[in-house]
Amino acid sequence: MPDPTTTTYFGLPGFVVLWLFAVVAIVLFVRRVLHLLGILRLARPEIRWDRIPKRLGYVVRNVFGQARLLKEPAFGLAHFFIFWAFVFYAGSFFWNLIRGLFPVLPVPYADDMPLVAFAMEVLTVVALVAIVGAALRRYVFTPARLERTFDASFVLILITILLVTFLGGQGFKALAEEHAIAWSPVGNALGSAFAGAGIEPDTAQTLYLSMWWIHMVTVLFFLAYLPSSKHAHLLFSPFSVFFTDLSAGGMPAASEGAAQLDQFTWRQLFNALACAECGRCDRACPAHNAGFALSPKDLIHSVKEIVLSIDRPAVKAAAKGSNGGNGARTVKLLGETVSAEEVWACTTCMACMHLCPVFNEHIPLVTEMRRFMVSEGDLEERLQDVMMALTRYGNSFGKSPRARSKWTQGLDFKIKDARKAPVEYLWFVGDYASYDPRMAEATRATARTFHRAGIDFGILYEGEQNSGNDIRRAGEEGLFDMLREKNMQALGKADFKKIVTTDPHTYHALKNEYANGDGAVPASVEVLHYAELLDRLISEGKLAVNGGVNVRATYHDPCYLGRYNNVYRQPRRVLKSLGVDLVELPRNRGKSYCCGAGGGRIWMEDVAGVQERPAENRVREAADLKGVDTLVVSCPKDLIMFQDALKTEGLEDRLVVRDLIELVEEAIAPAHSGEPTVETQA
Amino acid sequence: MNIVAILKMVPDVVEEFEVAADGKSLDIEFLRLIVNERDEHALEQALILKELLGGSVTALALDAPDIDDVLFTALAKGADRAVKVTGVEEGLTTRSAASILAQTLPNVPDLLPAELILTGCQAIDDIDAQAPALLARRLQLPYLGLVSGVEVDASTNTAKVAKEFAGGVRGEFELTLPAVLGIQAAEKPPRYVPVAKVRAAMKEGEIEEVTAPVASEAALIDIIEMNVPEVAGRAEMLEGDADEIAARLCDVLVERGLL
Amino acid sequence: MAGNVLVMADQWRGELSDITYELLALGRELADGLGVSLEAVIVGHQLGELPNKLGAADVVHCLDNPALADPVPDAVSQALAEVIKQQEPAAVLIPWTNVAADLLGLLPAQLDAPFLNFCQDVRVVDGQLEARCVLYGGKMEAKVVGRARPLILGVLPGARSAEQGRVDGAPTVVAASVAIQDSGVHFKSYVEPEAGDVDITQQEVLISVGRGVQSGDNVKIAEELAAELGGAVCGSRPVIDQGWLSLSRQVGKSGAIVKPKLYIAAGISGAPEHVEGMKDSDTIIAINTDPGAPIYSVAHFGAVEDATDVLPALLDAVRAKKG
Repeated sequence: MPDPTTTTYFGLPGFVVLWLFAVVAIVLFVRRVLHLLGILRLARPEIRWDRIPKRLGYVVRNVFGQARLLKEPAFGLAHFFIFWAFVFYAGSFFWNLIRGLFPVLPVPYADDMPLVAFAMEVLTVVALVAIVGAALRRYVFTPARLERTFDASFVLILITILLVTFLGGQGFKALAEEHAIAWSPVGNALGSAFAGAGIEPDTAQTLYLSMWWIHMVTVLFFLAYLPSSKHAHLLFSPFSVFFTDLSAGGMPAASEGAAQLDQFTWRQLFNALACAECGRCDRACPAHNAGFALSPKDLIHSVKEIVLSIDRPAVKAAAKGSNGGNGARTVKLLGETVSAEEVWACTTCMACMHLCPVFNEHIPLVTEMRRFMVSEGDLEERLQDVMMALTRYGNSFGKSPRARSKWTQGLDFKIKDARKAPVEYLWFVGDYASYDPRMAEATRATARTFHRAGIDFGILYEGEQNSGNDIRRAGEEGLFDMLREKNMQALGKADFKKIVTTDPHTYHALKNEYANGDGAVPASVEVLHYAELLDRLISEGKLAVNGGVNVRATYHDPCYLGRYNNVYRQPRRVLKSLGVDLVELPRNRGKSYCCGAGGGRIWMEDVAGVQERPAENRVREAADLKGVDTLVVSCPKDLIMFQDALKTEGLEDRLVVRDLIELVEEAIAPAHSGEPTVETQA
Repeated sequence: MNIVAILKMVPDVVEEFEVAADGKSLDIEFLRLIVNERDEHALEQALILKELLGGSVTALALDAPDIDDVLFTALAKGADRAVKVTGVEEGLTTRSAASILAQTLPNVPDLLPAELILTGCQAIDDIDAQAPALLARRLQLPYLGLVSGVEVDASTNTAKVAKEFAGGVRGEFELTLPAVLGIQAAEKPPRYVPVAKVRAAMKEGEIEEVTAPVASEAALIDIIEMNVPEVAGRAEMLEGDADEIAARLCDVLVERGLL
Repeated sequence: MAGNVLVMADQWRGELSDITYELLALGRELADGLGVSLEAVIVGHQLGELPNKLGAADVVHCLDNPALADPVPDAVSQALAEVIKQQEPAAVLIPWTNVAADLLGLLPAQLDAPFLNFCQDVRVVDGQLEARCVLYGGKMEAKVVGRARPLILGVLPGARSAEQGRVDGAPTVVAASVAIQDSGVHFKSYVEPEAGDVDITQQEVLISVGRGVQSGDNVKIAEELAAELGGAVCGSRPVIDQGWLSLSRQVGKSGAIVKPKLYIAAGISGAPEHVEGMKDSDTIIAINTDPGAPIYSVAHFGAVEDATDVLPALLDAVRAKKG
């Protein structure tokens, strides 16, 4: 076979032609990438290159292993093959390119190596099948979330050309060489087919060269086009995985918020480049599905719009420090392409980020924009009242700090004041469990259960304040700091070994956001959610449960316990030990569907356009489970939200919402002493 | 346009109140103080006017527990100066406080004449006076209270002021400046200022201190007894959860022919 | 005459309000207790027959002056101060209304006289006037006395019943002439609330919402309930300020005085300013989370619960009852 790069075309050696194409393509590619990097350099700095081994681990699992995509096996597998075909192709392409540019190199082309060629042929066939699948999905059975864009079709066509020209080339090569090539089953088969179609070996040789050149030029074109296309995610997503936030539910570093390009961090803008617009975030988003203004996908797309709206002269001018004529630094996101309603609609449930295959970070974007609005005083009045109440009283209810322990009235024992006496467990009760009258009984049940288990526990009484988790996510970072400092002071005065919390939001804050440097919760202090503690007490035999809770129930995973902190097994083990017949919700564990209260939304008005509130959707999901009459929750906000939703959905006859602790208490003691319970009678 | 906004601390009604051992004053042990709500509206109105017309806003207050936080918050909200009147005794009545203010204001450097002096038209502890009226009388300035809207015409040196009457009717008045206004409500609810900005003001801002005159006026009234009023004197209280209460109320409506 | 009790009539736009008669009733009691006569003062212009309607008083000082045609507090205060200086009364009762509110500040300042604010009741004890004053938004009350004369009292609505003070009589009307100086405050015009909305004073059923309903959404539930019961929704000041209801729906001192057959106060704590606007309703039901809320002292039925829970429950119950 003639070497395509030493063959002469119109008087020019092939490698010179290749050099011309390659230089143009690479220059275009580099120029575009440098331009995009130039835009990112206008953004605020953010360190995302610490703990490199861990980051590489993420890349291995999620880029090479495609772990998140494979959570949706059907599509994930297709993507898996396309990805690997791509990697393989990219590898063999660059091999061939180098070999072609430097014909003197004493190495064969990749496809001249039998094993490589074989692997490539197999992958190509599989990839073609996958592409047909993808095309069917996109053009015949189009899911609602997929948009048919020119860009997407164009790339599908380019890839098809690549695959077809490779296989075609293999076929013509086999035909031209007039004998079967080792390890080239597809090539040989096509060769025979072409021969059968009457193609002469001489013609095949020319056709082989055509295939080779079409293939190379297409790839080079693709290279030049890639950073401008929607498929830029091929290029950028490995980096977005690498530069992911390694902390649990991480909040962006303290800032005055962001509304325009240079107020965001580079990683926040980078979301735009990595997004493949797959729509997983939208499908998972409770705000989006409730009909609120927010679409996480559109949010990222809006960032992309501002990033791509900046041209080269503007970046150059901005880099020199001036505002660059058309104001590259000040291109507005908030108030232009993103509305305040969108930003306030987010419940910070983490469903979007948990699913995003390219590890994009939606919540930090939302948080930055909320911070901006808080800083401008541009927020709805009820939220403003809550902020005032938190500043003034340390609770969102605007009640006296001294009323925090009012729920303890009605207990027949006194709870230790952890500020005055040493305790093993410091119980951080939290706002809703302390102040909300609907929670008081459950909170007392927790106290009675701890008491029965004989554990040494105490509370901080009026020394405790709201942990600040939700107000931080509502964009009031300074208030979070203040609450944390006050709580740290109170904790500093107490003598305890471990912390147990009622509210998962509190749990998350204490566990992950209080332990940073300034004498906060020392790492040696274990922070437990009460579901974890109950699980431990039961398994250690300290809490004897008689297994008599014969209900068929389902369990809702709170966002801040599950997705944020991976506590899934413990509450389920507790329920099973009580004798509960546990039926899983269709959306369970990491796929749990938010009740709609998080991120400060519990303090905000419903946004215009509401169709079905997240909590209503969730209770219907539970009510649809056969024979299930109890929805068990382990978060005070869930209890409140779901009880309300039962009323508005008219499902009060079908379902009850109960706190995990109420079932536990039922299993350890008759509800009213002296009065036999249903269980003991039966 | 220079505006003085006067802020005062009052007991926070969120707390349970108790009578002190003397039987005629508040037990201050658990007392929490907050800014008089209408004073916050006065400050907000001052800031709104400044944003509209330029000039400066000075937040001024008599010394009291937590008053520094309040003044720094005012700075963070956009006030240009914060002035604290020190050397005042605790638990002043409204009349004594207003009288101290009237004597002190002229002594604050570069403060008067200010076109407007704004403060809340009343406070929950006004037992023996209304501060803004007394202040206006002592400073011999025009006064209007129950104000819920202010427009200033700098060219004629007048203010167009809306005052609340009954039945949702408002009266429009014109005042020659300088004047004292007792604010009932600002055009917009008082703004929220993020904690970070307050903390920045605490670091960078400055509270000017002015000493109060020594002579205080003799009281004209005496409180002879204070007590927590008896509540729920009349209502028949319904017990139970929301549904039980609703059911009982429904019966009441039927009994009384309302349903 | 020196030592008498002087009541200021609450005259606004040519009409005398109920509180005028409440004060006359109280004033009569005090005057009798002190053994002096009861005098009244009415301020305005072209007052016509109004002075004669103050029959409970022995003497009515009529300050009829073009400069007093409009309720400019400063002018009224000057006029009153003049009369007080001439008459040297022992006590001056001023109605705690929005019309007279500024006088409560200006008059004592002008006369340098002792002033007692927020008086709920005044009695004669050992020949001296002793007032019961509401403090701290109703959280406390105090017995207070003045050290000098004339004692100026700002009396809240409801101290006595107006009927008691509506006495036919022929008081001696004395025209008093005073010179009014320009105070730099000029009345321009009235701005009426936007028309076309429901007149809440004409409703038989009012569902009134306060701060405790927490959100505009819950106002909708109140509206549904009002529709079921054939009434309208109204609210206390915070709810109006939030913009959840229009100004024409405000009940209380700055808003309307209502007397419906049924008044449901949802999430209203019962600040004195609100209570005076609704206390005479036939049946008052109060729902509030704070067991110490002053609203329970005027309500006939009360429940310590979250209004946002009770309203929907009540709506369901009412609908069920109606079938």
